[in-house]
Amino acid sequence: MKPGEFYQRDRRWHPAAYDKDYKTSVTRSPQYALISLQNSMSEITGPVFGHNDIDPIDNDLILNYAKPGESPIGERIIVHGRVLDENARPVPNTLVEIWQANAGGRYRHKKDTYLAPIDPNFGGCGRTLTDENGYYFFRTVKPGAYPWRNWVNDWRPAHIHVSVFGSGFAQRLITQMYFEGDPLIETCPIVNTIKDKAAIGQLIAPLDRNATIPLDTIAYKFDIVLRGRRSTLFENRLEGN
Amino acid sequence: MQKLDYLKETPSQTAGPYVHIGLAPGAAGFDIYSQELGWDIAGPNAKGERIRVEGIVIDGTGSPVKDVMLEAWQANADGIYAHGEHAGEVEEGFRGWGRVITDFNTGEWGFDTIKPGPVPARGLMTGVRPAEEEEMQDAYGRGHAGLRAMAPHINLWIVARGINIGLNTRVYFSDEEEANAHDPVLNIIEWERRRQTLITKRSERDGQVVYRFDIKLQGEDETVFFDI
Ligand SMILES: [Fe+3]
Repeated sequence: MKPGEFYQRDRRWHPAAYDKDYKTSVTRSPQYALISLQNSMSEITGPVFGHNDIDPIDNDLILNYAKPGESPIGERIIVHGRVLDENARPVPNTLVEIWQANAGGRYRHKKDTYLAPIDPNFGGCGRTLTDENGYYFFRTVKPGAYPWRNWVNDWRPAHIHVSVFGSGFAQRLITQMYFEGDPLIETCPIVNTIKDKAAIGQLIAPLDRNATIPLDTIAYKFDIVLRGRRSTLFENRLEGN
Repeated sequence: MQKLDYLKETPSQTAGPYVHIGLAPGAAGFDIYSQELGWDIAGPNAKGERIRVEGIVIDGTGSPVKDVMLEAWQANADGIYAHGEHAGEVEEGFRGWGRVITDFNTGEWGFDTIKPGPVPARGLMTGVRPAEEEEMQDAYGRGHAGLRAMAPHINLWIVARGINIGLNTRVYFSDEEEANAHDPVLNIIEWERRRQTLITKRSERDGQVVYRFDIKLQGEDETVFFDI
């Protein structure tokens, strides 16, 4: 099947560019209205990744930076789920990349100066390709909450940053996954750039007891939905052109 | 009433200040992957003119944004994207996708690639050929002779702390005046003055072709961003 155009993005479901309570957005939000484009080849196509691009260990954050025989501090978790499109069809072979703070809430980044310690055995990033059913999984430790400069006493809920490609450049998405039951979700200015409670709910991963490994690792399930494609427009494409 | 059973797209969240950890860990200050992705857009075998595109992202106070990540998506010199359905039609090693981050101190970014060719426009894709397109045919069709094409361009996607949902824009080239004048996307921008924000200036430096593309998030001459 030829790749079709994408359904219009629901901009009211996503955060607006400008949100006065997320201060950094004030000077980084375009003021003019976006120019709406109907999709061309430039938008419906996108990069293709394969198993040559990544290593099998890349989805295991417990091992991918640890010294031999050691492992990072923190609650051992599995994060797994499917990448689907708005038609509820799986998105296979697509690149999913994640990054996060360690269990103490500290990032391994030269710009992060939070006083929680760096974990010598934790890098904090991972990547994988979805399988033919759109399924992916990571093993990691649960990230800690951390303070950030916005209002003077703002704290980020525990979260994992997630980047997904899909099959067309117009599906490109970066978001954040939160954890069921975290009381910091409700007051976070970044979470609350999203105005619809149901949309926020889509970013909160439930505890998934069926996927835990008993006596070893607890699990959270996080499904990711990318824009859906129309499939009819190409049927009347001029052949031979 | 029945319910439509479509799912809703997962809402976007800012990439935050530490996007490098996940997507360019070398820049965050550590080595973890055997290869980072996106550093080579065109590969060694690509036909076409070798160019460098560089610039800075500027916020509403006129200051450089120093924690941006940009991704580029472009066709090869024949106007073909390295998409799954075109496998084998592009040069070996041509991916057409790249990822760059800004210098933490200056906000400067840049990538080396090849200049893309014209790409089929929307009318071609759908088989819809409005009358006014007939006269636009011919001249713009290297590799797509006789069919309407978009002027050569590179698609950009921009994320950073403070950007709640990635920004889409396009880089056009100052030395493609004729093609730009007929480009269907540039032409839907009602304000002609704003079209200029998408057209990069060509120059040469040490024998290399360099296009400068400064992106303004706000203010006078705010760059045109698209809802694609
Ligand atoms: Fe974060």
